[in-house]
This record gives sequence, C-alpha cells and structure tokens, in this order.
Amino acid sequence: MRTLPATGTSPHEITDDLFVHEPFAAEAAMEVAASAADSPWKAALKRLGKNRGVVPAFVLIMVITVLAFVGPLLTPYTYDGQNVAHSNLPPKISGLGWLGFDGLDSNGADLYAKRNITEAHWFGTDEFGRDMWTRVWKGTQISLLIALVAALLDLFIGVLYGGISAYYGGKIDNVMQRIIEVLVGIPNLIVIILFILILEPGITSIILAMTITGWVGMARIVRGQILQLKGQEFVLAARSLGVSNSRIMFKHLIPNALGPIIVTLMFTLPTAIFFEAFLSFIGLGLQAPLASLGVLINDGYKGMRLFPYKLVIPAVMISLIMISFNLLADGLRDALDPKMTK
Amino acid sequence: MRLYFLKRLGVMLTTLFIIATVTFFLMKLLPGTPYSNPDKLSEQQLASLNQKYGLDQPLPVQYARYLGNLVQGDWGVSFQFKGRLVTDIIFKRIGPSVLIGFQAMLIGSIVGLGLGILSALRQNSLFDLGAVTMAVLGMSIPSFVFAALLQYYVGVKLGWLPPGLWEDYSYSILPSLALSVTVIAAVARFIRTEMLEVLTQDYILSARAKGISEFAVVWKHVVRNSLIPVVTMLGPMAVSIMTGTLVIEKIFSVPGLGEQFILSIMVNDYSVIMGITLFYSTLFILVVLLVDMIYGILDPRIREKWGEST
Repeated sequence: MRTLPATGTSPHEITDDLFVHEPFAAEAAMEVAASAADSPWKAALKRLGKNRGVVPAFVLIMVITVLAFVGPLLTPYTYDGQNVAHSNLPPKISGLGWLGFDGLDSNGADLYAKRNITEAHWFGTDEFGRDMWTRVWKGTQISLLIALVAALLDLFIGVLYGGISAYYGGKIDNVMQRIIEVLVGIPNLIVIILFILILEPGITSIILAMTITGWVGMARIVRGQILQLKGQEFVLAARSLGVSNSRIMFKHLIPNALGPIIVTLMFTLPTAIFFEAFLSFIGLGLQAPLASLGVLINDGYKGMRLFPYKLVIPAVMISLIMISFNLLADGLRDALDPKMTK
Repeated sequence: MRLYFLKRLGVMLTTLFIIATVTFFLMKLLPGTPYSNPDKLSEQQLASLNQKYGLDQPLPVQYARYLGNLVQGDWGVSFQFKGRLVTDIIFKRIGPSVLIGFQAMLIGSIVGLGLGILSALRQNSLFDLGAVTMAVLGMSIPSFVFAALLQYYVGVKLGWLPPGLWEDYSYSILPSLALSVTVIAAVARFIRTEMLEVLTQDYILSARAKGISEFAVVWKHVVRNSLIPVVTMLGPMAVSIMTGTLVIEKIFSVPGLGEQFILSIMVNDYSVIMGITLFYSTLFILVVLLVDMIYGILDPRIREKWGEST
C-alpha cells in the first residue's frame, strides 16, 4: 500500500494570510435579514390576505354580524310585535324600487297605497304584520349565537378529550378511541333529532343536541396533532425540566396545534348554522314568536306561492352567511395548514 | 387483512347495539303517548292497550324483549297504522327514497366529475373560476333552500315539471336535482384538488417524456389515479343524501322513508322511529365498510396498511 509522502509544508500555526475573505455582497446580506423576520403567524396572515375570497368574506361576515345587532334598532318595530292591519305587505325601500323593493305584490298592485300605509317595511311583513327586516336580523342574530356557542362547546370538549387521549396514550387512549369509533358510526343527524325530541325545542336544546355529536371531529384533529407533537424534543426538554403535565399540555402542545384547531372551528360554524336551519325547517327548531333563519325559511316556504319574498330574503341571508364562512374557513386552511390542503 | 375486517365487524356490531339501546331509552323519555287520542280513552282501555303492546312491563323486560325481537327480524308493530309491521312500512317506503337517492348520486358524480376534471385541466382559466365558484355555492347553500326555489321557479312558475307528489317518473326529477346539488359541488371540488396534485407527480412527467399523447396522459394516468380517492367520498355522500332526503321528501311530498321518519316523529310512533333509525344506521355503517373494502381493492397501498394495523 502506498503511503502519501509527507509534504512538510503543513503549517503548525495558522497565519492570517491563509484566509481569503468572501467577497461582501451587501444586497445578499440584506435579503437574508429581511426574509427571516416573518414569524409563522405573520406569514400565515400574509398568505391569508393573498387569498381572493377571504377579504370579501370577512367583510361580509363583519357587516352581517353588526347588522344582526344594529338592524332591529333601525326600525320602530319589534321582532314579535303584531299588527294585523299591516299583514303580508311586500318589501318596500324608497329609492330601491328597481331592485324589487317596490311595495308591489305579485299581481302588481301597490298594497301600501291601497291600505293607506305611509311607513315602509323594508323587507315587507309576515301574515301577522310583523316587520320582516327586524325579524330577519333578529333571526340572523339567533342563528349566529347558536352556531358560536355550539362551536365553542365543541372546541372545549374536543380539545380536552383529544388532548387527554393523545397525551396519556396507552390504555386510556385505546379506550377513548374505541368510544370515538362507535360514535363516528352513528349518523349524527338522527341523534340530533332524537335528542331535540326529548329536550323540547329551544335554543339550549338545539345547542346541546349539536354538541353531543359535534365534538368528535375536533377531538380527532386535536389527538392527531398532539400525537405528532409530543414526540418532539421541546416536549422532552420541558419534561426533563420538571414541567407539570397540565402546563406541558396547555403551554406547549395546544399552542402548537392551534392552526388546525382554528381551521376545524371555522368549519364547525357553517355546519352548525346549517343544522339549526335544518332542524327549524322540519319543525324541530325554535318556537314562535322567536325567529331564527331556519324558522323564517320554514314560514316563508309555507307562503311561498303568494309571497315569494318571505322565502327569498331569509334564504339569501343564510346563503350569504354560509358562503362567507366557507370561504373564510377555506382561506384559513390554506394559510394556516399547508399540509391539510394537499 | 381478515383480522382487520373481523375487528371492523366487531366495532360495527357494538355500534349497532349501542344505537339500539340509546334509541330505546330515548324513546321512553319522549313526552306524549303513542296513541292518537289518549284523552278519549278510558283508563281501562289504556291499560288493556298498554298490555297489548307490552308497555305495562318494567323497562328492563321491555328492553330485553325488544332486543330479542330485533335480532329475530321482528321490528315490532306500528302504533299509528293499526297492526302494520315496521319492516313492512320500511320496505314499502324505501322505493322512492332509493330512486331519488340513486339518481342524485348518478347526476352528482357525472356532472361533478366532468366539472372537476375540466377545471383542473384548465387551472386558473375563466371556466375554472366559474366551476370553483359554483362548487362553493353548491356546498354553502342548504339543499332545502335549493329544493324550495326549484319547486317554486321550475315547478310552479314555469310549470315544466310536477312540483310535488309521486305519480310517474317525471315526479322524481326535481327532488333528484335538488338532492344532487351538494353532491355535484363536493365531487367537483374533490376531484379538482386531487387532479392538481397528481399532475405534479413524477410519473406524469415520465409519461410525458415517453412521448405518449396528451390525451393518453390525461385519461390513463391523471384521471385514473385521481379517481381512486374519490371512492372515499362515497361515505360522506351517502350521509348527505340521507340527510337531504329527510327535508327534500317533505318539500316535494315524496312518499319515501325520510318523510315517514318525520311523520312518525310528529305522532310519537315509537316503533317506527326506532325501526327507521336502526335501518339508517345499519345502512350508513355498511356503506362505510364497503367503501373501505373498495378502496383497498383499488389501491394496494391501503391494503398494506391493514396488514400493519392488525
């Protein structure tokens, strides 16, 4: 075997002239510094802003939410105030006649002139003479409230259940997962209907019935996330420093799983609005004189042939809300969790 | 693999048992009595009726008897329709539901696949934008809103198709269309994302490099590979159709299972409610199992995972 000859020139001391300076490029240095500044949340926000649908959807949700609370105050009427003299008036907004808000009924007769009514009902009135503008916004308010509370309950139960199941693992996880497996197999609409029947229709029972099956999806997402995270070094580091289980869970694991949790939460909102409307539509929802969008659609559907506006206005409202929430949720998913979109 | 399915079967039976149990006790908690005019009945009549239907027995006895009968295929007798078997009612009602459900699925898959494939091939074109917009609308707008609007504009105003009831085939078209909207939107969206994903794969690049025609690349490689995961959509699709039939049958007065379910709920017909609940649940669980099996047959990678998990 050949051995390399000793060169004899290998320096015992490393002198300065052995170094050659890398040419300094000011621009390159600047670029590195600028792009490193974005935190993950900031980057997500940037991606969110780039999404075509998100900004209009967000604005629309804001407008609808504000109007849901302010709208009923803009008229002298209340959502349950009946006035037989004003029954079944078509929508009338002065200046918006060309949009169909002309106060004419389906035969083209001006009911406002006929009955000597000077004030205008912007969205018309129902068969009891209740002002539809007030009722639609009141209904939107109730629908949004139901969706929000149901989604928050799902969040609470789902994070707790999924977190415990994943963090403790082993036998606990096994049992908890079997329970979820069984629950997933039950068509949730049927469970919801059965529970509403027992609980008597009302806001609370609708929320409870939706929560009974609704939390499972959140629990599965949280469990998946925590399982991935808990094997990572920062958790080991925290544990070796003697951090308590609950602190690791709430300060280390859950904040890191926040992206998918927010996305799931956003998708729960339109689902809850849909279920509420669905239940009200089949007659298991709120009771008169309370109004939700589902109740209004159901009432409007009954009088659809003669008074189409009673159906169309709440139907358009619920569609706008569902579209905005879906667009926003889609955008959030793309921005927060690139893996979920594929 | 066999072990995997045995395990699945176990979960399935447990689920069914729990559903049967929960439904039974929930029914007992329901307000109201199952008789149509309870005020007109004397106490003696009530007692003899209760005895006839076994309602005078203690709960555990009723429960055990119910489960025993269930296993033997005896799902009880309807309270509302004197002396008619629950199974009879279900089978009599299932026809229209299956017809509109099947048609909705067919329309939904064909139109949805077409829209999705075309828009993926022309990503970011005007057509793509239109298709994506339509998909968002279809997924967002509740099916009963569609149904009500279709009924009003096509059925009543234009008078092209009958707006309700159930006589000949033409009566099934509007309900099927209303039901298919959600399916179209979901399928179109799903296949579009899937196709865009497959289009970036290396095997598509190598297929192009081999010099085969663009048509062959698209149909033999892109579409075929994108279609496999669409099978997983069948489960959620079946659910959305089941949910949809409940309201859509009510809107179009279709004498199907969903309409019967809502009717029975209104009159507290315990045995029919339980029967339909169990029927729906069994159907749902079977569809999910079937989808898993088909998926495994189509995609060998999934089959390997079954082996690992057992």
